[in-house]
Amino acid sequence: MKAVSNAPVGSKKRFDIWGFVIHAALVVVSLICFLPYLHIVAKSFSEDAYVIANKVYLLPQGFNIEAYTKIFADASILRSLYVSVIVTVLFTILGMVVTICAAYPLSRRQLKGRSTLTFIFLFTMYFSGGIIPEYMLINNLNMLDTIWSLILPLSFSAFNLLIMKTTFTHSVPISLEESARIDGAGHFRILWSIVLPLSKPILATLSLFYAVGRWNAYQDALFYIKHNVDLRPLQLKLYYLIVQASESFQLEATQVTLSNPEVMKAAVVVFATLPIICIYPFVQKYFVQGTMLGAVKE
Amino acid sequence: MKGISVAKSKNETALLKESRYGPLYYLRRDWQLYTLLILPLVLVLVFKYTPLAGLVLAFKDYKIAKGFWGSEWVGMEIFQELFAKPDFARAVRNTLLLNVLDLLFSFTVPIFLALLLHEVKNVLFKRVNQTMLYLPHFLSWVIIGAMAYQLLGEGNGMINNLLVTLGAERIPFLQQDTNWLISYLAIGIWQSMGWGTIIYLAAMSSINPEMYEAATVDGASRWRKMWNITLPSIRPTIVTLLIMSLGGVMGGSFERIYALLNRATTEFTTTIPVLVYRWGIEGGDISRATALGLFQALIGLVLVLTADRIAKKMGEDGLL
Repeated sequence: MKAVSNAPVGSKKRFDIWGFVIHAALVVVSLICFLPYLHIVAKSFSEDAYVIANKVYLLPQGFNIEAYTKIFADASILRSLYVSVIVTVLFTILGMVVTICAAYPLSRRQLKGRSTLTFIFLFTMYFSGGIIPEYMLINNLNMLDTIWSLILPLSFSAFNLLIMKTTFTHSVPISLEESARIDGAGHFRILWSIVLPLSKPILATLSLFYAVGRWNAYQDALFYIKHNVDLRPLQLKLYYLIVQASESFQLEATQVTLSNPEVMKAAVVVFATLPIICIYPFVQKYFVQGTMLGAVKE
Repeated sequence: MKGISVAKSKNETALLKESRYGPLYYLRRDWQLYTLLILPLVLVLVFKYTPLAGLVLAFKDYKIAKGFWGSEWVGMEIFQELFAKPDFARAVRNTLLLNVLDLLFSFTVPIFLALLLHEVKNVLFKRVNQTMLYLPHFLSWVIIGAMAYQLLGEGNGMINNLLVTLGAERIPFLQQDTNWLISYLAIGIWQSMGWGTIIYLAAMSSINPEMYEAATVDGASRWRKMWNITLPSIRPTIVTLLIMSLGGVMGGSFERIYALLNRATTEFTTTIPVLVYRWGIEGGDISRATALGLFQALIGLVLVLTADRIAKKMGEDGLL
């Protein structure tokens, strides 16, 4: 490949027309992925008049942060942010504990009944009760309109278990584990002092999978948080505020209608994605690794 | 791919001469392992397996007053009613239509994109592009839905504003049935194309560079190398991913469709999950909604098992 682009010394470097086309095409596609978000950011910092006149494209017109001051003055949005943070933190901790507790035993070869237990856990990937039986269960457990309905049911993920089990099986040298065993270390000790420290990258990856997944989901909240408006996580709040409002063009919270809804909507979108946009460039590699691990057998 | 490697453990445990001891011996020897399993087992049994028992509601005429146990058994009556509903046929059609179209486009675009990215040798250029390409994957469907209306809305969407500036007419991207369908697919491609390249790029990175060098010496063009080296090398990955996606044509994301639907376009938006939600949780018709969900889950399971069979027949790794 290199031999083509770097022509032999002495001859003039030929212009690689197809190479240019490929690079140009990639820039265009990448911009298509990125510019919509930039437009929303621009809108959120613009003055109402410019937005109403349809004059905002990729840069803010008549820079102002009024929409953001309104968001920070809106108790219900802040309340939803608070719910989302609490739920995401608890969910991620529980999810990781559950995944580690299941993955470590299932990765030990001496565990009797390992194949049966593995099947019990992984079968859930292919067949489930579905929306209504799960709703009935949450109802019968009296967990409707509580944050537990957003934390407990999804805390076990067969997909994440598979990734962690695979890592535990392969990342820890058997010799290291055996010498620990000879020194009298039990499984708790081996897990805590050897396996977990050696698996830090995958722990980071799966924590991010859990956290981002929880932060972004709204389906279960839509089903389970019906009456207790105070417990709406941010994404559900957004759903009622923006997506459903696009039918009736009426904002939910009265104190928000003072400003142009379009600017407010844009600002709320930026507000809700900010945590993800801020950490995303730094954690991207963990996500990529996790996705590759999830796809590769063994 | 995403497989379960349980079978191979057997030979290794044989070394421990297990047959001489009873279960109590193992429980005592590995009690710490079994203790660790308690919490995940309880969660899975309660939240994944108990709902399976709830599926019997599809064979009962559920009345809140009579409760789960008191409601009458009606056999297949609920299913007969369900199959006769015009909404049912429409939901099945829409589910298949959206998922098959989605498969056609959202599956192929990442392959092309990965081929292009593979041609880029400049690491920085590649990384900046990938960061932008992966971004939509990290946005929730609510956010994407909100952005869709801000960009594609008829009256004030940015794309339409741009069209007007360029002297064209405004297009109701989301307010007309066929347009909605196209927008739905385009948004799906937009959201998943960058992320979808990761697995292909991983497969491409393991191609032996000597193959390209040899082809260059033989005077092969860029496209020839792409066609004769890169594509054949990722063929197994493509086949496995395709088969896995085939298993999902009866599924589909509730969140995606629910964030994008609106009252003006109802033709293609009634899919099975949407109908289950409307009947069951909004309408309170628990039995019929359960039956519809069970119907979907069973077809889905059959599709996954069939896909797994095909994969194994073709010599690829299966799912199970």
